[in-house]
Amino acid sequence: MRRAAAALILLLVPLLAWAAPTPGSVNEDTVREIAAQLRCVVCQNLSVADSPSEMANQMRGIIRERLQAGDTPEQVVAYFVDKYGEWVLLSPRPRGFNLLVWVLPFAGIAVGLVAVLLLARRWSRRAASEPVAEAIDPATRERIRREMAELEP
Amino acid sequence: MSARPVSEGPANVDSGAFERGLSPRNPPGGGIGRGAKPPSEGIWRWGKWAIPLSVVPLLILLAYGFRTDPRAIPSPLVGRPAAPFSLALFDGGRLSLNDLKGKVVVVNFWASWCYPACYEEAPVLEGGWRRYKDRGVVVVGVDIQDTEEAARKFMKQFSISFPNGPDPGGKISVDYGVYGVPETFFIDRTGRIRKKHVGAVTETLFTGEVERLLKEGS
Amino acid sequence: MTPEIGYALTAVALGLALYGSAAAAVGAQRGRPALIQSSQHAALAIFVLIAAAMLLLVYAFLTFDFSVRYVATNTNRGTPFYYRITALWGALEGSIILWSWMLSLFTLLIILRYRSRQPEFYPWVLSVMLGILAFFLLVMTVPAPPFQRLTPIPPDGRGLNPLLQDTGMITHPVALYLGFTGFTVPFAFAMAALMTGKTGDEWITVTRRWTIVAWYFLSLGLLIGGWWSYHVLGWGGYWAWDPVENAAFMPWLTGTAFLHSVMIQERRRILKLWNLTLIILTFGLTIFGTFLTRSGILSSVHSFTQGTIGAFFLGFIALVLLGGFGLVAARGDRLKAQGELDSVVSRESAFLLNNLFLVAAAFTVFFGTVFPLLSEAIRGVKVSVGAPFFNLVNIPIFLALIFLMGVGPLIAWRRASRENLRRNFLWPVVVGVAAAAFFRLLGVTHALALLCFGLVVFVTATIVLDFYRATRARLRSGERLLPAMGGLLVRQNRRYGGFVVHLGILVIALGVLGSNAWSVQSETTLNRGEAFEIAGYRVRFDGLAASEESNHFKVTGTFTVANNGQPLAVMYPAKKFYPQEQTPIAYVDYLMGLREDLYLVLGDFARDGSQATIKVQVNRMVTLIWLGGLILTLGAALAILPERKKA
Repeated sequence: MRRAAAALILLLVPLLAWAAPTPGSVNEDTVREIAAQLRCVVCQNLSVADSPSEMANQMRGIIRERLQAGDTPEQVVAYFVDKYGEWVLLSPRPRGFNLLVWVLPFAGIAVGLVAVLLLARRWSRRAASEPVAEAIDPATRERIRREMAELEP
Repeated sequence: MSARPVSEGPANVDSGAFERGLSPRNPPGGGIGRGAKPPSEGIWRWGKWAIPLSVVPLLILLAYGFRTDPRAIPSPLVGRPAAPFSLALFDGGRLSLNDLKGKVVVVNFWASWCYPACYEEAPVLEGGWRRYKDRGVVVVGVDIQDTEEAARKFMKQFSISFPNGPDPGGKISVDYGVYGVPETFFIDRTGRIRKKHVGAVTETLFTGEVERLLKEGS
Repeated sequence: MTPEIGYALTAVALGLALYGSAAAAVGAQRGRPALIQSSQHAALAIFVLIAAAMLLLVYAFLTFDFSVRYVATNTNRGTPFYYRITALWGALEGSIILWSWMLSLFTLLIILRYRSRQPEFYPWVLSVMLGILAFFLLVMTVPAPPFQRLTPIPPDGRGLNPLLQDTGMITHPVALYLGFTGFTVPFAFAMAALMTGKTGDEWITVTRRWTIVAWYFLSLGLLIGGWWSYHVLGWGGYWAWDPVENAAFMPWLTGTAFLHSVMIQERRRILKLWNLTLIILTFGLTIFGTFLTRSGILSSVHSFTQGTIGAFFLGFIALVLLGGFGLVAARGDRLKAQGELDSVVSRESAFLLNNLFLVAAAFTVFFGTVFPLLSEAIRGVKVSVGAPFFNLVNIPIFLALIFLMGVGPLIAWRRASRENLRRNFLWPVVVGVAAAAFFRLLGVTHALALLCFGLVVFVTATIVLDFYRATRARLRSGERLLPAMGGLLVRQNRRYGGFVVHLGILVIALGVLGSNAWSVQSETTLNRGEAFEIAGYRVRFDGLAASEESNHFKVTGTFTVANNGQPLAVMYPAKKFYPQEQTPIAYVDYLMGLREDLYLVLGDFARDGSQATIKVQVNRMVTLIWLGGLILTLGAALAILPERKKA
């Protein structure tokens, strides 16, 4: 959603009566986007973008410098991964074994949906095999409808 | 009259209320409706034990967790050439890693607020430096996220004489994948990182590592 | 003497708990009321013993008794008075004693209330509660005793973690533990139901209020935790998907699923097996959460100590899950469903889907939390699973749940005809789509934000529509407006309490949406007198001041803030330097507003006060989250009112 934040900020400019963006502010958003993908190495699970720690500050500085030196965002991320390992990515690369964590939840939901459907069908089939207890004439039906409308659910 | 509620009835009615007790299909006290098929005996008999059994691999995984240290991050830099750096020393002048080629280099990342570990290892490093500096070993200290005043005080306290300098932008720390203090890197004569130690360095560790690297390629 | 006395109290309580649990079980099995009686007496004695132990510990805190290691580690002579009391639950050992005390209190309440009302369940419930209590007392006597003697007695203690010296942190653990221990009661009743064979609706109807209250306190605990994270930790967020946050979130998710699916079992007599599984899972997750924070297997903000305590908790989790699920499997043949439905489009289906999504979210959070461990075990590579993953996978699930919140309460049971669907949902759908379109016109283009907003409006419309129709029906029969509305709320407090809770959740959802989508932040270094502008605010750095407090050294920055030209306030973000902490703690200053918060964090500064770095955030709609929490409280209170006889 941070990416959304970046886009929305620019779109909501007229609404927010914001000061005109200074040169390099687009760069700042890229810095934050990259920082949001990286784990602050001295914190517990915070991103480099969020963390108030000194280390995160320095890491953001390094990101900024590398971008200004001409690195692409991917290259900046790759640099950190090169130094710290995959651990520094706040979200595992969807590759190889890591696919498990990305796929399993959705697979679980899909399986669950199928199970719910089957269960509901089984229960409704059971009902369908039952004969109707009694037929009701339309006048009574209308009266029931009226009275039930006034009853509490 | 036991009426079956019309299915087109008003929405807010809980037709279940009628079901309870009134419908011939659901006599109070429960019972399986006519025509209901109980889940097939075969799979259900064994299937229902699936849930307790599926807990077992989870427990094994959690037990495995006791043997790991979540804060111990293996470094991808071990075995690779050490990143070059140029350190502005507290005593003036600069020290570049390239100048030290051919020597065994011990790079130690520290901070004055790192208590107690940095305080424990400072005498070990200083002692090691004094013993080995004439044998081709250089100990370099990199002070991170610190103030100059506190750093000088620390160095004075332990009479640190090996080259030391601050790393203001954190560039050297990140270049070495540092994620805490203290961390110590042992670099061999060819400039490769051979060992990274997280935590206070002990006498045995220092001597063992340095001796090992000195023996190589002399 | 204090450590020894305290230790003796807990040891005796442990023995009594073991005895009481066994006695109640044997008494239930063999029909021996005398044994059950003696088990009751044991429970009463345990309550007194634990209360005494707790008071002793508090006394030790208040008198600076550093011979007790726990007191020395968690306070020092500079700790303010009230924090010395709340330090009781500030760390591991004390938190266990608080948990035990709550369990013993609930056991007492169970004795008082159910001894004569539920004679069949009661002894088994007592046995289970005492058994669980025995576990916690065991933890207090062996791996994590709060009453350890410290020799030699230090002249001063270490001090309370400064992050815990905050009102949020006083209440957060208490609320969470009330939630966790609250869920023990339905769990105990579920076990009793399995043991007695009365696996119908009774155990659910009896524990309905416990479930709601436990759920409420768990929600409250999570919200207070978010509040604390936002106002104290200084990173400007309220939820980081930290393993320990997840640990409390998982039982909340399954607890919410349980809360809903018992409604369906009450009415339709299905899902019996599922409900038993769900409560065992929920209770297991509360213990798992405690395990995560104390075993040291995952690193987290909360990581307490390691040691052997993890092994104890793991053993207990194994016992609970294997025992509970095993019991369910063994008695599974009594749990066949008895209801039917006519169509997949029905309230039953909506509830089933609700459960599916909540459990799916719980599974996602769980799997994401343990995945780093799994990756290390299988691949030997450490990975991190953090906010980007959890947000990406959970957001669709939560949106689906919001949708179901609107559909569920109004769709018909068994089968929803087209008439029923049209009548109940046409207007809300129209209004929801219109709202989304309106926002699109305002300039919001992010699809997810539009969808979320549309759904929130849709669900609100269904609630308003239902209330409106029901009120109108009452008005037709002659009642006046206010009594009609009030009467509805009171007579159908369960239904409308639920609606109010849903409204609270919707408001929270709006707050989450707003703060994620539309907040802005910036970091800048200012010289004295210089100002910085963001989102209509002008923040001017005026200077720094240093001061010496009772247990820390504080540097406060002064910033004058104006909004759109109008002077607004002077703000004082600070940095506190505690001697026992390695890095300074940021003290955030903020202006809270309904639409947005202005949030200032002081970063680096020059010693002479000529320069300071601040991070400024304009966080939008965060206050809605806290507001939603208040609404939630009202709804929960309404829902647990005693039911009036229907007219």
